[in-house]
Formats: sequence, structure tokens, C-alpha cells
Amino acid sequence: MDFNDTPQEAAFRAEVRAWLAATAPAHVVQQGVTLDDAEEVRLGRAWQRAVYDGGYAGITFPKALGGRGGTVIEAVVFAEEESRYTLPKGPYIGIGLGMAINVIARHGNDAQKAQFIEATLKGDLTWCQLFSEPSAGSDLANLRTKAVRDGDDWVVNGQKVWSSWAHRSDWGILVVRTDPTVPKHKGLTFFVVDMKSPGVEIHPIRQISGASDFNETFMTDVRIPDANRVGAVGEGWACCMTVLMGERLGSGSHKSTVTPLLDYAARTPGADGGTALDSSSVRLALAQALAEEQGSKYFEARLRTMVSRGENPGALAGMVKLAYASRLQRTSGLALELRGLDAIAPDADDAQTREIQHDYIWSTVMRIAGGADEVLKNQIAERVLGMPGDIRMDKDVPFEQLR
Amino acid sequence: MNFDLSDEQKMLAEQARGLLAERTPFDHLRGLIDSAAEWDEPLWRELGAMGFLGANIPEAVGGLGMTELDLGVISEELGRANAAVPFFSSIVLCADAIRLAGSAAQQAEWLPKLASGEVVGTFAYAEGPGPALARGAVFADGRLTGTKTPVADAGIASVAAVLTGAGLVLVRLDQPGVTRTKLASFDQLRSHYRIDFAGAGAELLAGPGTPETLFDRAAVQAAFEATGAAEACLTMARDYAQDRQIFGRQLASYQAIKHKLADLAVQVELSRSNAFYAGWAAGEAPADLPAAAAAARLSASAALEMGARENLQVHGGIGYTQEANCHFFYRRERLLAVNLGNRSYWADRLIAHHSAAQNEAA
Repeated sequence: MDFNDTPQEAAFRAEVRAWLAATAPAHVVQQGVTLDDAEEVRLGRAWQRAVYDGGYAGITFPKALGGRGGTVIEAVVFAEEESRYTLPKGPYIGIGLGMAINVIARHGNDAQKAQFIEATLKGDLTWCQLFSEPSAGSDLANLRTKAVRDGDDWVVNGQKVWSSWAHRSDWGILVVRTDPTVPKHKGLTFFVVDMKSPGVEIHPIRQISGASDFNETFMTDVRIPDANRVGAVGEGWACCMTVLMGERLGSGSHKSTVTPLLDYAARTPGADGGTALDSSSVRLALAQALAEEQGSKYFEARLRTMVSRGENPGALAGMVKLAYASRLQRTSGLALELRGLDAIAPDADDAQTREIQHDYIWSTVMRIAGGADEVLKNQIAERVLGMPGDIRMDKDVPFEQLR
Repeated sequence: MNFDLSDEQKMLAEQARGLLAERTPFDHLRGLIDSAAEWDEPLWRELGAMGFLGANIPEAVGGLGMTELDLGVISEELGRANAAVPFFSSIVLCADAIRLAGSAAQQAEWLPKLASGEVVGTFAYAEGPGPALARGAVFADGRLTGTKTPVADAGIASVAAVLTGAGLVLVRLDQPGVTRTKLASFDQLRSHYRIDFAGAGAELLAGPGTPETLFDRAAVQAAFEATGAAEACLTMARDYAQDRQIFGRQLASYQAIKHKLADLAVQVELSRSNAFYAGWAAGEAPADLPAAAAAARLSASAALEMGARENLQVHGGIGYTQEANCHFFYRRERLLAVNLGNRSYWADRLIAHHSAAQNEAA
């Protein structure tokens, strides 16, 4: 065990640091500045292009596919160093890098690899994820959007939901039902879809945060060429698993969310003339959360060591998000409480309280998206602890016979 | 960067686990309780013969000169087995106190005997209810006066490091002026004593090591011990739930049980991860130790608290019987929750040292 860099890692870190120092400042998004969506995506593409030109895009991707052909640890080092700057790196870039190119590299054909991977690494293509539906969230395989073969095309009809940034995406990764006569996991097929295709209609969802990061995407007689099918017909579920496993292993940036709350408590007046951080209950709760956060950081490091050796952490990876989401809700909720009534309607210039309010709202998404708490706990129980699967009423029943 | 145990450390863990599984199964622990044994002396002798006791003690004074992380691997296995040996008192606290604050002569006199297990030591710090690091005992002119209680393993120890108002002192326990009174111990596998010192002969441990550093280093080992114990609880609960049939199916097939144990599995992994880092920092990054030890301590306490309680709960009524094995950990957990100071002590220490560690890392 060695938490220090090896000489090679240290050299790589120094190189990355120097490159970032020269390149990143021009791309930094000033805190407190609110950008409109189009502008944010433009900046995000520009930063990704700079990363590509610097030779740091797709660090673990083979050179033949446009990546760097580097190691997992190099990717971690880059992410750690990059996270020192506030850069435009939203889902519009992350879904492409973390999901689309992974699934195309693993399940796609050579033409698809050539068309999509390097262009995505360059920031030329942005992506959204068209998986969830109104009746297919945790039970994703229950999805109803269907595709029917028509000559060289597939004709798609249905509705997707929670598609982050779909309104600013060039392409989408899409899973649909192509065979309702077989059990639900078996009748799915995976596609990439041009978001400008006729019949694609995107409606923003008004969220409880007031923002609209997510969309409903309606697809009406959308024609997708068979050339844009990823993997075999009926192989959609395996493609989804590739995407979702990528979603659950963090990138290596570790901004503490608890540390700022210690400062916040220390700047909030307490009951007896001191500060809120003098309260032993506040200290206990924040210290416990901080210990858990540190543990998660080192746990992720253990997972990355596994990955760098070619081992698959599987459901262990879900532990990080499972712990994080509840911790964010618990600590941001506590922070609002220790602040007192002021937390409900802070002064206009109190940016931190509003950020904490936002965290408290956003934590609800974190507990649901990318594997709800309950789904992750099932996976941990079944795949890590070897406990029995849930009783499933829909097992082995053709999809069309399900109620 | 490499965030895993080495192959050698994994072998060490397997070796310790194998030995303990064979020598100290739960029925053996029950037998020790029934016979009111002070400790498992044959196991202690065997651990000494195999070198486990001297793992992190320097070679020059009779140890193997291994790292704090190696010692942690052993602590974790002892915690998993709930072994009735004074490892924590004698090695983690007493030997380490002598190593941190003893003179060369004191180290040469005591460490070889502690490393071999020939002599058992302990560390006397609490003075009844209140903070763990109590300094009411008085040391002056080579004489120690005052009361320390409770002190673990004091019945079998022949030497104790004692926290006093003048710092750490070393006292032989088999002398006039030392009165040891056995107390009923909540943890039935670790005996506790009240020790009254009435002008007992003692010598100062005058070196630079502070009681706080000793506690930090011990907290890392306690975190490993608790991690092992928490994982034992998780495994025991899982195995029981797999076997137990209820309402026509396995108890383990109910989400109420699956989710409870999944939560526990997360706590165990976070606890182990913190312990790994703190064990590494104890040897390689001492500036990070106070924050890392506190985080490991808090994390491990949370894991074992959940593990000890929910393991018994999953067992249902059988868990309340002496024949079941839940109670060993249910009792040990409270000991581990309060030895070295309670949660508040470590929360304060983490908050005080966290910023410094953050800056160090950056």
C-alpha cells in the first residue's frame, strides 16, 4: 500500500499540472456566474477540445480509437488535478465520455467506433441518455418504447424521461423494445439516435429545484437506420449494463462537501454567544459525516486499484454513491437546521446558504438517479453478500403478457 | 499509488485468521467465560511463538520490525475472532508507550519481553467516570499515588504504563503499594481491574512521545479490530439469515434483511478503507495521523455499533441466548466504543486536525 505517487505517476502529475496551469485558466467558469444552456455547452465543448488537443482525452481509451492508451491511475491523476479548477464539465460532456463511447467501444462495430468515439473525445459530439421511461425507472427493463423494423430502418415510438441535457445534445444512446413476445430483458435492442431526427420532440421538465436539467423526450415514428444499432438485436440489456457500470465508478475528483459545512457552522452564531460549531451534537454529526466521506475517498481508491489490475468491482462500486447521496441529504439538512430560520430566507448576498439549499434539494435526485438506494442495496445484498434475489412475478413471462 | 494490502500482508491475514479460527472458535470463548478464565493463555503463548506479538516492534528490541499496517492486519483478525488475549493492552498500548516515550534502556528492558509475550503489560489511563485521558494520579520522587480504574488485563499484567499529571510513567504491578481489585467486566472476555497506587515505585517515560500520539496510534489498531468484528457480525447475520426459513422462504430473501445487511456492508468497507489509510499514515505520513486516526476510529465505531446490534436483531430470540454467538460482539462493541475516549473525543480531534491534514495533502 502506498498512497504516494510512484516516480512515473509523479512525473505524469507534474506534466498534467503544468499543462493545466497553462491551459485551464482561460476556460474557468467564474463562480456565481449563471450561463445559459447554449453558452455552457459551447464552453464545455471548447474545454473538451483543449483536453483532446493536450492529449488527455480518453486517457484509458486505446490510441487506435483516439484515446491516450494510458492507465486507470493516470486517469485518476488527471481528474484530481483537473478538479482543482472550476471547469465546464456537465452531463452534456460526461454522458458521451462516461457512457456513449464505452458502450460503442464494447458493443459497436468498426464503422460506429470510427464515426463516434474520436468525435466525442474532441467535444464535437454531445450526448444524452434515453433509458428511463414513465413506467421504467428502477425497473428499467419494463420499458415500452418500441422499435419495429422497416427495410433498412427501425421506426421508433414512445416516450423517454429524465434525459439530461437532451435539448442540447447531438446524439442520444437509446434502448427500446424490439420483441415483446419474449421476457422483458431479452427483447431489448440498443441504438444511437441523431437528436435532430424528425419525430424527436423534447420537453423540459420543471424540477423542484426550479431548474430544468432533465427532459421528457417523445419519439413519434422516428426512423433510425439499422447502421445505428449497437450490438445485436436483443442484446440491449447487456449494452445497458455496460453503460450503468461506467456510471457507478467515480472519476477521482474529491471535493469534500462536508468541509465547507464545518466552516459554515463556525461562521453561524450559536446559542450561548459562541458558534454553531460549539454544539456537541453538531460536532458529532459533522465529524461522523466527515469520517464517512474520507472512508469513501479511500474506498474509491481501493476500487480503482482493483480496476487497474483488471478486476471488476461489480456491485461494490454502488456503495460510493449509496453512501454519498444520503450523506449529502443528511449534512445539508443539518446545515440548514443549525443556521436557524435564516436558512429559509437568507440575505441576497448569502451564496453559501443558497448552495446548501440547492444541495438539500439535489440530494433527492442523487438518492434516485443512477441506481436508487433500494436498487443498490439489493445489488449489494445479492452480488456482494450472496443473498437471494427478490421474488419476481415477471420472470420468464413474455413482456406482452405482463400487466 | 496502490490502495491495497500487499501479497505478504494478505498472507499474514490468512495465517492469523486460520490460526484463530482453529484455536478460538466461539464454543471455546463460551468455555472461557464459563470457567471464569482471565484470558486465553495458551493462545497468547502461541501468538508470541509465531511472532505476531512483536510484529511492529523494532528488530533491535526483539520484534519483527514490520509496519503499523501489518499490525493492523493482525488486529483485524483478532477482532474478527473476538480473541481473549491482551494484545490491545500489552502490545498496542503498553509496548507502544514504551516505544514512543521510553529511554533506550527502558525499551531494551521491556520490549523484548513484551514482543515475545513472556511479559504482559497494560496501560492505565481512566480514573472512573469521565474523560479517558485522566491525569489525576500523582507521580513525584519516583513514587506513584492515586487510583486508575478500570484497567484492562491488569490481573495478568506485570507492568503498566500509567498516565499521570507528570506524564507517562512505568510501574511494576507486583510490588507493595499496588493493589489490584477485580471488577465485574461487561465484556466477559476482557477482564478489568481497579488499581490503587500507594507510593508505588515508578519511573518516568520521559521521551518525546505524547499520550495523544499513543492514543492516535492505538485508535488505528482499535479501528482495525472493530472492522474485523463488524465484518464477523455481518457474516454471522448473513449466514444465519441464509439458513433460517420463515413464512416459507429464506429469511435472507426479505428486503428488510437484505437492505439492513447491505447498509452494514457499506459501513464495513468504509471502515476498512479508513483503517487502511490511517494504518499507512501511522507509518508513512505522521502529520496526517491525528485526522486519519480519528476518522478511522469514528468510522469503525459506527460500523461495529450497527453490526453488533443488527446481527443480534437478525437472529431474533436465539440471539438473546448464551448459546448463540451474537453476545460476544454485542459486549465487545461497547468496550471498543469507549476505550480510548468516546465519540466526542474523536469528533473533536477530527475537526481540530482535519484542516491541517487537508492543507498538508494539497
